Amino acid sequence: MTRIAIVGGGTGGTVLANRLADRLGPELKRGDVEVTLVNDGPDQVYKPTFLYVPFGEATPEEARHPIVDLVDRKVDLRVDRVTAVDTDAKELTLRADGPLAYDYLVLATGARLVPDEVPGLAEGGHHFYDAAGAERLRDALAEFEEGHLVLSVIGVPHMCPAAPLEFVFMADQWLRELGRREDVDITYTYPIQRIHGLAPVAEWAQPLFDERGIEAETFFNAEEVDPDEQVVHTMEGTEMDYDLLVGIPPHAGSPLVSEAGLGDDGWVAVDNRTLEAEHADDVYAIGDIADVPTSKAGSVAHYEAGAVADRLASQVRGQVPTASYDGKTICFIESGTDEGTFIEFSYDRDPAPKPPSQLVHWGKLAYNESYWLTARGLL
Amino acid sequence: MSEAITPDVTVDARGAACPGPLMDLIGKIKTADPGTVVELKTTDSSSSTDVPEWIEKAGHDLLEIVEHDEEDYWSIYVEKTE
Repeated sequence: MTRIAIVGGGTGGTVLANRLADRLGPELKRGDVEVTLVNDGPDQVYKPTFLYVPFGEATPEEARHPIVDLVDRKVDLRVDRVTAVDTDAKELTLRADGPLAYDYLVLATGARLVPDEVPGLAEGGHHFYDAAGAERLRDALAEFEEGHLVLSVIGVPHMCPAAPLEFVFMADQWLRELGRREDVDITYTYPIQRIHGLAPVAEWAQPLFDERGIEAETFFNAEEVDPDEQVVHTMEGTEMDYDLLVGIPPHAGSPLVSEAGLGDDGWVAVDNRTLEAEHADDVYAIGDIADVPTSKAGSVAHYEAGAVADRLASQVRGQVPTASYDGKTICFIESGTDEGTFIEFSYDRDPAPKPPSQLVHWGKLAYNESYWLTARGLL
Repeated sequence: MSEAITPDVTVDARGAACPGPLMDLIGKIKTADPGTVVELKTTDSSSSTDVPEWIEKAGHDLLEIVEHDEEDYWSIYVEKTE
């Protein structure tokens, strides 16, 4: 019997488990293959929902769904925590259940927030990258009637690279609707010389900043936050005062990855197209934990999961795997509270953002509502 | 010549789309110890101007830029200062 273990029940892990259940249905029924999905809690959390929480347009509860309802019944779901990965012995250690042997392993553990890497950030800054942070920011924004709102992109890399732009566009319009915009200055800071990593997105967003009076500060890498004085200090030697700071926190991979020798800083070193780990045999990584040169975004995890499912199905059948991931990434980008655009790109193709429209905004909301169909492998 | 420089860490940003080679480099420099020599491999021709501009602003040392003609990428060597 071939044993496939998947660690992590986010978008990548559940899409992969369901795709394998589909591709390898007969083998699973015969008991020739076993697919085990391990997640350290019973629920999947769909993080894109959190962008809407600070503006009172969504609740963190809407971002959660029991994984047992999302994965095919042919998949063995274990709610347990993996505490060690031994790629030589091909064995995982689960906190409650003990050893779990595998023939193929897929790591899909996602990224962690590590705000403490920047002194003062946890005390002085807000964010919308988890449920608690988004709710705290909602409460702070509700009471924020005047002053300097600073959104600083601090974490490099960070999940959903479009979200910081979306936040300032939504905040601008939301404050206008409340009649507070004249009393609030908005500044967006970004680590490099333009306001987004992708040049076409930066060129698309800059005129909207100019039109709406959103200030931008580039080459700005926060090194320390002084919560008492309400000042951000940067690696470049500059500083900025704030009244309300939204800091995209630093992210980290998993200690499991570093301890297993699979990559630096907790990200798994993989071939960009096959997604096979560079430092171990029969190990793949998908989603945020895989160190590939594109966004840490749900669409990436989704497409990577499809490629890895096809590769694993070939390998189980003794065929040479040929499926690969071409870097395909799709991101919706809200450009206000009632309009948006979207981009699609890959390793070899640049994005070309279209003018924002209300239709795309509704498309994003509709996708978020129907996201659980994606996790089930239906959409 | 590049053979003279042995990087402590290498950031392979060849083909990097989003957020791009300079962001990848900044992420690595942020967590590195002073004195660390980082090699950035990039296929993005704008890196040869973007990266030196940031290194100067942030006060790190640009050691060398090596063009690998046959493989069509650049290696940019940077040393993190205090």
